[in-house]
Amino acid sequence: MKDELRKDLRTVRWSAWLGWQMESNWTNPLLFLVYSIVKPVFGTFILVFMFVIILGDVATDPVLFSYMYVGNAFYMFVAQVMFGVAYVVQEDRERFKTLKQVYIAPISFFLYVIGRALSKMAVTALAVVITLVFGVVALDVAVDLAQTAWLMFAIGLLIGLACICTIGVALAGVTFLTARHSSGINEGIAGLFYLFCGVVYPITVLPQWAQSIGLAIPITYWLELMRRTLVPSMDFSEMSGLGEFSDLSILLLLTVTSMAFLLVSIGIFKYADHLARKKGKLDMNSTY
Amino acid sequence: MDWLLNLRAVKGRAYPRAVGGLREPSWMFFDTLLPLLGIAAFVFYYQALGAPEVFTGYVIIGGAMTAYWLNVLWSMATQFYWEKETGNLELYMMAPMSKMSVLAGMALGGMILTSVRAVSTIVLGVIIFQVEMDISSPGLLAAVFVTTLIALYGLGMLFSSLYMLWGRGAWHMSNLMQEPIYLVSGFYFPVREIGFYFALGAAIIPITLGLDAMRQLLFGDQTQGLLPVTTELALLLVSAVAFIVAAHFALKKMEYLGRKEGRLTMRWQ
Repeated sequence: MKDELRKDLRTVRWSAWLGWQMESNWTNPLLFLVYSIVKPVFGTFILVFMFVIILGDVATDPVLFSYMYVGNAFYMFVAQVMFGVAYVVQEDRERFKTLKQVYIAPISFFLYVIGRALSKMAVTALAVVITLVFGVVALDVAVDLAQTAWLMFAIGLLIGLACICTIGVALAGVTFLTARHSSGINEGIAGLFYLFCGVVYPITVLPQWAQSIGLAIPITYWLELMRRTLVPSMDFSEMSGLGEFSDLSILLLLTVTSMAFLLVSIGIFKYADHLARKKGKLDMNSTY
Repeated sequence: MDWLLNLRAVKGRAYPRAVGGLREPSWMFFDTLLPLLGIAAFVFYYQALGAPEVFTGYVIIGGAMTAYWLNVLWSMATQFYWEKETGNLELYMMAPMSKMSVLAGMALGGMILTSVRAVSTIVLGVIIFQVEMDISSPGLLAAVFVTTLIALYGLGMLFSSLYMLWGRGAWHMSNLMQEPIYLVSGFYFPVREIGFYFALGAAIIPITLGLDAMRQLLFGDQTQGLLPVTTELALLLVSAVAFIVAAHFALKKMEYLGRKEGRLTMRWQ
């Protein structure tokens, strides 16, 4: 048992290291940093521009602006990590053609993918921090670290990130079965969460049926918890549609829905893995 | 030049692109319905901000055009890099047709496949969000759209030539050219809002002018355009020719450099 655990941890550690090398060693660190940050930060700028075009100034509605800004900053994890994890299969299979070798190695492929996700998470964390710092300094986003409930924040952050990883693993499983243009799936699933989870607008803007979908997805609770803990001076409960829940209830809902998503993700990954082996798709190469 | 051979090369390269889509039916689902989710989120964001209804139309049109931009980045610009990784590039180099025919075939096939996504986005977007459009000059609208695509794919051909010798930086470059271009080209708002001269600079990307002209033609007086539509069309024509000519020379230069430095077959850099 102890040996198994040690072996699994070693798998995660080395695949994370491998992922980091693949992510970063193609250029010098400074350029890598620029490439890693520009994309998500510009994504935020688009939303800031849209806000300013319609309302004239970010100070017109500071609560809505902070709601949007913090939500979007943390959503970077969803977009980047989830996309990145799913891309691992495609990258190893069709680009480096190493999937077969990794797959038949005496390690858990599931944990290998998780390890690769960790390196993407580290890069994304940097972009999230920079976005938040820019928001606080230049746009008056009311992040207040002195008032932050750090324990709640840390637990929520960890559960949310774990959940994002497991959804990414499910998508990686689906990627086993699709051609190299699987980015459409990742983009679509990321869009699904963007739409239903109240990332940049409260879910109360959505029709009732769509709100119900949002309430079943852990990302909704995760983002709400991140906002409440980092921006305690603003009351988002009125607009978010989650005002009836205390912080602890939100954490509990996040945990329960994340567990459900974990089970579903493992199921999807295992089934897709089985199908890919059965249909001989593990070494598929779509050159068109 | 053997025109027949080159036309066959165009057809030959376009064919797998167009047919590849049909052989992966899941793409149709992923490429038509799923992108609409992200676009819908922008619509709801505007609604949360209390934006005028015309902004919903802007988002739908901009969202549809992202499909072409993504196709140009990932299936044109990075394609020769990808072909190099998969070992096809040397086959292209050995074949007797012009490499421009291969690029033209990729562009044609890409346009066909991407149009499915773009058209479905517009149709579904208009139906679901009840967007009102006034197509008073369909001929001009078609001319702007087609010219935008030619200029855009011309730019893609130019990128493809430049990316040919790159390593993993090519992938990252394309990644880098998504959100920043969405911002400066005004995919989700009228480009004039970012400032006249700044927007004029962004007009180097054909989709900036194309989107602006299409919005003016579809939403009439509600849209404050960057330039008059006919001026934008003329600029698009110029950029279409310029990009294709530049791609021709860039391709020759890069091919020469690649042969000289032995980088055409170098993989996994």
